[in-house]
This record gives sequence, structure tokens and C-alpha cells, in this order.
Amino acid sequence: MLNAPVIIAAALLYLGLLFAVAWWGDKRADQGRSLIASSTIYALSMAVYCTTWTFYGSVGRAAVSGIGFLPIYLGPTLVMALGWFVLLKMIRTAKANRITSIADFISSRYGKSHLLGGLVTVIAVVGIVPYIALQLKAVSGSVNLLLHYPEIVMPGRSTTLPVFADVSFYIALILAAFTIVFGTRHLDATERHEGMVAAIALESGVKLAAFLAVGVFVTYGLYDGFADIFQRVAADDGLRRLTTADPSGHGYTGWFSLTLLAGLAILFLPRQFQIAVVENVGEAHLKRAIWLFPLYLFLINIFVLPIALGGLLHFSGQEVDADTFVLTLPMAQRQEWLTLLVFIGGLSAATGMVIVETIALSTMVCNDLVMPILLRLRGAALAEAKDLSRLLLGIRRGAILAILLLGYLYFRLAGEAYALVAIGLISFSAVAQFAPAMIGGMYWRGGTREGALAGLCAGFLVWGYTLLLPSFAKSGWLVADFLTQGPFGLALLRPQQLFGLLGLDEISHCLFWSFFANIGAYVVVSILRPPTAAEASQATLFVDALKHTRPVGAALWRGRAEVGDLLALAGRFLGPQRAEAAFTGYARSHGGVAVDALEADAELVHFAESLLAGAIGSASARVMVASVAKEEPLSLAEVMNILDEASQLRRYSRELERKSGELEAATRELKAANERLQELDHLKDDIMSSVTHELRTPLTSIRALSELLRDDPMLPLADRKRFFSLILLESERLSRLINQTLDLAKIESGNADWLGSEVDLKGIIEQSVEATNQLFQEKGARIELDLPAEAPLIRADPDRLIQVLLNLLSNAVKFLPPFGGCVRLTLRTGADGLEVSVTDNGPGIRPEDQQVIFEKFRQVGDSMTEKPAGTGLGLPISRRIIEHFGGRLWVESAPGEGATFRFFLPFAQAGAAKESAPA
Amino acid sequence: MHRRILTGERLVAAFLCGCVLFNYPLLSLFDRGAELFGVPLLYAYVFAAWAGLIMAIAWVIERRIES
Repeated sequence: MLNAPVIIAAALLYLGLLFAVAWWGDKRADQGRSLIASSTIYALSMAVYCTTWTFYGSVGRAAVSGIGFLPIYLGPTLVMALGWFVLLKMIRTAKANRITSIADFISSRYGKSHLLGGLVTVIAVVGIVPYIALQLKAVSGSVNLLLHYPEIVMPGRSTTLPVFADVSFYIALILAAFTIVFGTRHLDATERHEGMVAAIALESGVKLAAFLAVGVFVTYGLYDGFADIFQRVAADDGLRRLTTADPSGHGYTGWFSLTLLAGLAILFLPRQFQIAVVENVGEAHLKRAIWLFPLYLFLINIFVLPIALGGLLHFSGQEVDADTFVLTLPMAQRQEWLTLLVFIGGLSAATGMVIVETIALSTMVCNDLVMPILLRLRGAALAEAKDLSRLLLGIRRGAILAILLLGYLYFRLAGEAYALVAIGLISFSAVAQFAPAMIGGMYWRGGTREGALAGLCAGFLVWGYTLLLPSFAKSGWLVADFLTQGPFGLALLRPQQLFGLLGLDEISHCLFWSFFANIGAYVVVSILRPPTAAEASQATLFVDALKHTRPVGAALWRGRAEVGDLLALAGRFLGPQRAEAAFTGYARSHGGVAVDALEADAELVHFAESLLAGAIGSASARVMVASVAKEEPLSLAEVMNILDEASQLRRYSRELERKSGELEAATRELKAANERLQELDHLKDDIMSSVTHELRTPLTSIRALSELLRDDPMLPLADRKRFFSLILLESERLSRLINQTLDLAKIESGNADWLGSEVDLKGIIEQSVEATNQLFQEKGARIELDLPAEAPLIRADPDRLIQVLLNLLSNAVKFLPPFGGCVRLTLRTGADGLEVSVTDNGPGIRPEDQQVIFEKFRQVGDSMTEKPAGTGLGLPISRRIIEHFGGRLWVESAPGEGATFRFFLPFAQAGAAKESAPA
Repeated sequence: MHRRILTGERLVAAFLCGCVLFNYPLLSLFDRGAELFGVPLLYAYVFAAWAGLIMAIAWVIERRIES
């Protein structure tokens, strides 16, 4: 089944699928329904980190160095934990300044320098193009392997084929086409490619699935699980050393260097910067990706060792390259579908890397290499052109094609040479040279343009001398003496034992010397002079990127410009329609005026500049804007003043925020107090009207009776006597009412005098019963006492308790039936207090009235027909009193069955009564 | 605000912890040719520590998202 047409058809079908996904993703992006707005997709697209160097190469490395391949994935895991700070800062900075590549990032940070951007671009291209070549080699190698199926023939020098018969040449062309279609569809100020990212995420899924499939097949199909493989390895003297930490004998330094290198690569590889920073849809996606991406790395590495060891065991004695085990193990077992899946997985790993890396490099080449040169050489001609967006797109497309063809050329030239095989780590070491300028730029304000230039140059040169040139020498392109004797026989300058440094592996050696030169030059040159105005202002934008209130770029520009000029300028690079749309959007967000009516202030100039920066890089954008706007250069002192002002403003605004928070809290409290007051006021009105109403009733009868007595001197004596006693009764009622109202008011306002002493509740009950005896006798009613022989003392005010009891007893009497009335009074000692109940056999209280009777001036009963029998204050006062001593008073009753008033007084709280009764 | 600062500190702690776990000298403690469930102790240690670190980071992040 596995023959050339099938393989080619599968590859083409798969690439077609990618085209479809990318097209769909772009379409969804145009509709505003982003396909990639999820942290899972974001994390998957980050897995473009795993190239064929992972897919095929990890097994190859593991077959030589055991677990030594792992730091390449541990480093990124560690750095992702810091991604919370570092990546977030890069994303914020890039978004705020429309930075679209790592070259632009560095150039923009150090005062928008063309020279720096160009240098970074050169380093990136030199470091990465061989890496692209490696991907092409891997794909071509896997195709050649498959073409010989079912035999396993190691690809010798496939480059002997003519170019037009070489599969990888066509793959390079197809990838160029794909990248051009989805990477340079239009000039976008943010330089984002949603369709491409969707395709990359899909590819990451495919390569993980393929690798896991082959891992499971080898571990559980070919062998009997992990333990089986490791047991066989342990039995093999040649292989046993692979299970130690350091089979190649470099010590742990190599392990550390690799971790560091990979950790830096995850931040500074152009493709990682493109995916993680430029293509980031929303900062929120970063959060989950911080652990999802390491999880991906973990999963894709689980089966590396079993495959490597399994392959070594399986092909023991045969000439099979460990780099091909992933493919050759399924082939050897005649697993055609699995083989095809692995091939597709490897294709995914290669194409994903090539596409993203080429887009990132082409943006750099266009914005930081070609545009500056064009501006310098043909500035006048460019100034006249109406629409340069086609030229820009052309440059990018050309750059993509050129980079891919360069990669292919390198692959043809290098072939099986060491310079290609070892390029993974050589590439990582090259991009690691960006680290000092990048990290320093993000966290240190003192870095200057010259410092960054010096650091990058020094690091790049040392890298070239200690790593790249030796790799050429090992490939036989340079005389071997260069390595062993040093240049011109100068032993001290031997590239891999520079100044006689021994005992390090080549990567650690290069890392040490290049960082020594890079960081040293960066810091030393930077501190030779203070930053200029432009550097200081950019430094603030970068270093303070995560602060909530930071000075915007607009604050650091002063000059004059015309809206028309800016619009025309943007139109020339972005295309007139896009520029018009962007300016209209800006106008809408600034008060909805028309574009013509906009004021060409610093903010608009900044807007235009950042718009251009997205398309042509920040350094070129500054040059172009300066060509139409008359900028008055700010001196360093002025910049510092503005920045100081900004930081002072920041301080003031923080102060203000705090103050306004306090004010808000105070307002809330005031509002609550006011509401409470209003409520009380309302209550007071209610009480006043009730009180006056209650007072009027007895007063009216007193007045009426007095009038009768005055006006009718002939009134019989018996009537007079009756009237006088009525007047007396009503006056008593009146004074009782007034006393109780005053009493309640005192209790409620917390001004009542409370005595506190140890009280014998039993004695008090007996005293109260004694006092009400007369009442009972008048009504012809009985009172039954059910008291314990001895009751514990309780802390309370005895007079108040008597008041409560008298109230309850007189209430009970009032409602007793005319005959056979009986009141039962009990005292119970509970675990935590005393309970007293007064039960009558009167008419009872309806459930709906049981709360009402505790309200002021509320008497139950038909007030129209029955004369109120009390003041309506007795129960509320009683309840307040009991509550004051920490107890409660309630009623239990059913209509027709009498009523029971109960109160409970706790032992514990009796003394610690609330000082003020609840208002 | 308070929570956010803690999240950052926890992640830095995870980073530092990982730096120690995956380097000399801790690594050398497990490089002794012993086995755990048939898997060389070194492999078992590195992968277990790796998984543990990822879980710790996930825990820190997800707690923050929920709250």
C-alpha cells in the first residue's frame, strides 16, 4: 500500500486540509468570531516549539544521551511559570506599541534604531535558516525512507538527486505558497494571522497524536510495557549506561546549560515570539497556557525513552539511524497505517515550524532590513508613490520565498554534514543572544542603543566563533586544524577551548563565553553614558508596561502636523481604504467627529505612528512620520520632566483613588445613618399620633363628665358620685399611660436606670401574686402557683421583674372568663436559665395577633365595641425589660384555649446585660 | 489584588522549586541505578517531579481563575 503515489497523495491531502482550516480561520476572523480565541488553541499553537527536531530528533538524542534530551523541555516548563510576568509584559508592550517582531521589539526599546533592528534580523536569519533546512531534511528523509518500504534503507545522500526530482524542493515551494497565502494576505497593522494559527494548532494536535500512537505501539505492542523495555536494557551492558544521568560524561553543567538555553529559546525564538506575543488574541489565554503548554511537552516526551531504547534493542546490530526510529519501528512491523500517521505527524512538525518561522523572519526582513535600506537609498522615490502597500506585500512575499529557498539551498549543500545535524542547539544558542537586550530592556531603564548593539555584536561573534565555525570545521568545510590547533596555530584561541577553558561541553562553553561577552558589553557600554531622550521615553514604555497608569507615547511627542498628511502617509503604506477605516475608527473613539475635523495633536500623531509601526516597523514608522510632521525634539531634561510628571500624576491618582474610596465608604455610612434616622423619625410620628390618640380618650371622657357635673346642678347625688369615680378612674388611666410612655421612651433610648442585683425570682413571683391578689378576688378567680422549693439566684433588677410579672398577671385577669377563671403561674429551672409562664383560661389569642400584641398601643379585640382594657404599652415594656436581661418573652395560645405568656431569663447573660436596650 | 500578588509569588516559588528539582545536586541523588516498578529511578524521578510541577502550576492558576 505504501508507495509513492499514496505517500504523495496523503501529504498533499494533509496540506489541503491545512489550507482549508487556515481559510476557515481567516473567514471566521473576518466575521469577528475568532476561531483561535481560547487558551487551549493558544497553548497548542505554542507547541510549534516541537519541530521535527523533537518528533524525530528527541529519540535520536535519547539513543545517545539517555535522559539528556529532556532539559530541552524542562527549560520551557520552568520559564512558563515565569511567563505570568515575562510573557505578559512582552504581550502588553507589543500590543501597546504595535510591535510585530522580535527585531522590532529590540529596535523600538532602544530608541527606534534601524541599526539594531537590522542586526537582530541578521542574527535571526543566520541562526534560523539552517534550522529551516533541518526541517526540510527531516521531511525529505522520511519520504525517502517510506519510498523504500517495506525495506528499511537509510537515506544516504539524497542530495544526489537533481533539484527537480527532489521531494523537499517541492515541499519548500508548497510551504512558501502556503505561507504567502496565509501569512501575507493583507497588510495588517497588528500583523496577526488567525487562519495560520488555527492550522498550526491543528498540526500540534496531529503530531502529538502521532507520537503517542507510535509510543503506545512500541511500548505495549512491540514490548510488554515500560518495565519490560527497561529490564531488557538493564540486561544489556552496552545500553545500561543510558539509564544514568550523564551517559556522555559532560557532567551536570551540560544539563544546566540546556535547560537555560531552552528556557530562553521559548521566549526569544522568532516563531515563539510570533505565536506567543504577536498572534496572542487575548491576555487571558496566557493564564491557562502557562500549564497547558508544559503539559503538552510532558505528554510528547513520555514515550521518547521507550522508543529510543526499544529501537536500539530492536535494531541492535543493524545500520539504522536512531533519528528514524519513530518511523522505522512501525515500518519494520509492517504497520502501514501507523507508519503513514507518523509520516503525517513529522510533516506537521516540519511544516508548522517552517510556516511560522518564515512569517516571523519575513516580517523582520521586510520591516527591519529592506524598508530601512529602501528609505535611505530611494527615500525620494518612495515619498512620491501613492500606494506602497503592494510594494510592502511584495517584499514580504519575496522574503518568504527567499528564506525558504535559502533553507533548501543550505540543506542541499550541507546534506548529512554535522553542521546541519547539530543545528538545533546552535540555533537556540544564536537566539539566546537576544536575551540580555530583551530582558535588560524590559526590566532595566539604563540600557542604551550602543549597549544593546555592543552586546548583540559581541554575543553573535562569540557564538559564531565557538559554535558555528567549529560546526563547519566538523563538516569538513574548514580545515580541521582550526579546531585542534586554533587559528594560525594559536592554541589559546582554539574555538572550543577558548583561552584554555576545558571541561565544558561545546554548548556550555559557547553559552558561557557568548553571555560573558554579550552581557558584559551590554552593561558596560550602557553605563558609559546616560540614556538619551528617545531611549528614556521608550524605556519607560517598556519597563512600566504592566503598571496600571503609565504615560502613553503621545505624552512624549511635541510638534505640529496636518491630519491630511498623516492620513495620506498611512494610506501609502496600508492602502487608502484601510488607512481611512483606521482613522475613522480613531475619530469615532474620540468624540465621533469626522476625520477632517480631527485635531492633529500628539495623540493622533502617535496613533498614526503606531499604525505604521505595525506595517513597516517602529524605526521606519518614526522616520516616515517625522517626514510629514514637524517634531520639536524634546531634550532629555524635558522627557524626564514629563516622566516625573507622569509618575507624580500616578502618585496623585493613587492618592485620589484611596481618598475617593474612603469618601465612598463614609457616604455609605452616612446614607445608612440617614435612612435609620428617617425610619426613627417616622416611628416617632407614629408613636406621637398613637400617644395623643390614647391620651385623648380618657381626657375626652373626663371632660364630658366634668361638663355634665358643671352644667347640671340638679344631678342626683348617686350619679354625681358615679361620675366622680369615673373621672378618678380615667385620670388614673391617664397618668398610668403617661408613666408608661415615659418609661418605654427611657428604656428605648437607653436612659433607663437599671439596678443589678442577685434576685430570687421565686420571692419576686410570690410578691407579685400578693400584690395582685385583690384583682383576682374582685374577679372571683383562682391563682395556682407551681413553684420549685428553691430557685437559683439570677442577676436582674427586682423592681423591673415585678413590673413584668404584675403586667402579665393583670393582663391575665383582664381576659379571664366571668366565672371559673383560673391563672396558673409556674417557675422552671432549666440548664441555662429560668422560665416563668403565666397561663389563663380566657378566650385565647388568634395566631395572627400573637405578634401584634407586643407592638406599642396595639390591643387585641374589637376596639370599636369594647372599651380598651389597658394602655397597650404593658407588653412592649415587659418584652424590652426581659430582653434587656438577655432573655425573651413570647406567647403561646390558640383561640378558645387560653393563652400562656412565657419568659426566659438566662443565668449567664443576666449580669452582662446589654448596656443599652435595642433601639 | 491581594490574591493576584499571591498567585505571582506562588508561580515564582514553583519556578525556583523546579530549578532545584531538575539540577545538580538533587538529580544526582537519584542517579544510582536503582529501579522503581521496573523503571530506572532517575527516569521515574524526573518524570514524576515534572508532572508534579505542572500540577502545582495548574493548581495555582486554576484557583486564581475560579476565585
